Amino acid sequence: MKVAITSTGNSPESKIDQRFGRCSYFAVYDTENKGIEFLPNPNKEVQEGAGPASVQLVASRNVQKIISGEFGIKIKSLLDSLKIQMIMIKEPEKTIQEIIDMLNK
Amino acid sequence: MFIIFVLNYCSYYMSPRPLRLRKISNPPPVSGFKPYGNKKSGTIPDSIFLHYEEYESLRLCDYEMLNHHQASVIMDVSRPTLTRIYAKARQKIAQALVQGSQIIIEGGKVYFDSEWFTCKSCGCYFNNPEKDAEIKNCPLCRSSDILNFDHKPLDQEETITYCQDVCICPDCGHEQQHQFGRPCREEICSECGKNMIRKGTPHSGKINK
Ligand SMILES: [Zn+2]
Ligand SMILES: [Zn+2]
Repeated sequence: MKVAITSTGNSPESKIDQRFGRCSYFAVYDTENKGIEFLPNPNKEVQEGAGPASVQLVASRNVQKIISGEFGIKIKSLLDSLKIQMIMIKEPEKTIQEIIDMLNK
Repeated sequence: MFIIFVLNYCSYYMSPRPLRLRKISNPPPVSGFKPYGNKKSGTIPDSIFLHYEEYESLRLCDYEMLNHHQASVIMDVSRPTLTRIYAKARQKIAQALVQGSQIIIEGGKVYFDSEWFTCKSCGCYFNNPEKDAEIKNCPLCRSSDILNFDHKPLDQEETITYCQDVCICPDCGHEQQHQFGRPCREEICSECGKNMIRKGTPHSGKINK
């Protein structure tokens, strides 16, 4: 199963990005082969529609869960309809590695 | 003193979004309603199509007995929109009753919220994207100590005292979240002490440079 985590940087030591649509990177973690792929978010700077475009990007990777700090109301309904689970972590200091360790427990 | 309280109150509702407990909106239990005992044989009136959002507005306003303001917050639409949807719903129901029409519930733009949970062990928030599957563990830390937001006892339910409207200071332009049931002019601007007005009303547009 693939899990996307919004990340402030492109390494496992990077902290979680609290924004979904305008995060810096998506860390896509595969729980089966334990691989991590860091996708730069092309929607980071766009004026409008960053959220839906980011949903498209992660959905195209067949992600089943998304971990971020926050999801807007429109994003929630989009992800609801795609049956992608949303997990919100309100701890800006958590690193990608720490989150992956939790998933592997 | 009073102002500090108001600001704290606002930030309590504004910053951690998941604390805005959103009531689960259930799809209707049936696909529609069929009339029986037609007294005018031979004539079958056209079916009435009741949209999901119209059904939902009836459910909230007339079944849950919420006011339009509260219903609009739950449905995530403006209050005028809610009132329009609700009026349409009642008109259709009346039409169906009077004409003896079948009611088909379908379509519309409403989405059904998934249920939200919080994990008492790791503190995360998560939803259940699969309505039919029961959630027993936190998807992150696997703890079973999770709390469902939507199954709180009725008397503990949060009363909705906030909405999407904004109070604005006509003098300095400072904005704060409007609280339902409290006139904006009773709010005092925390920046300059003037009485506030509702943002988006005709006179506020002129003032807000
Ligand atoms: Zn947990
Ligand atoms: Zn002011």
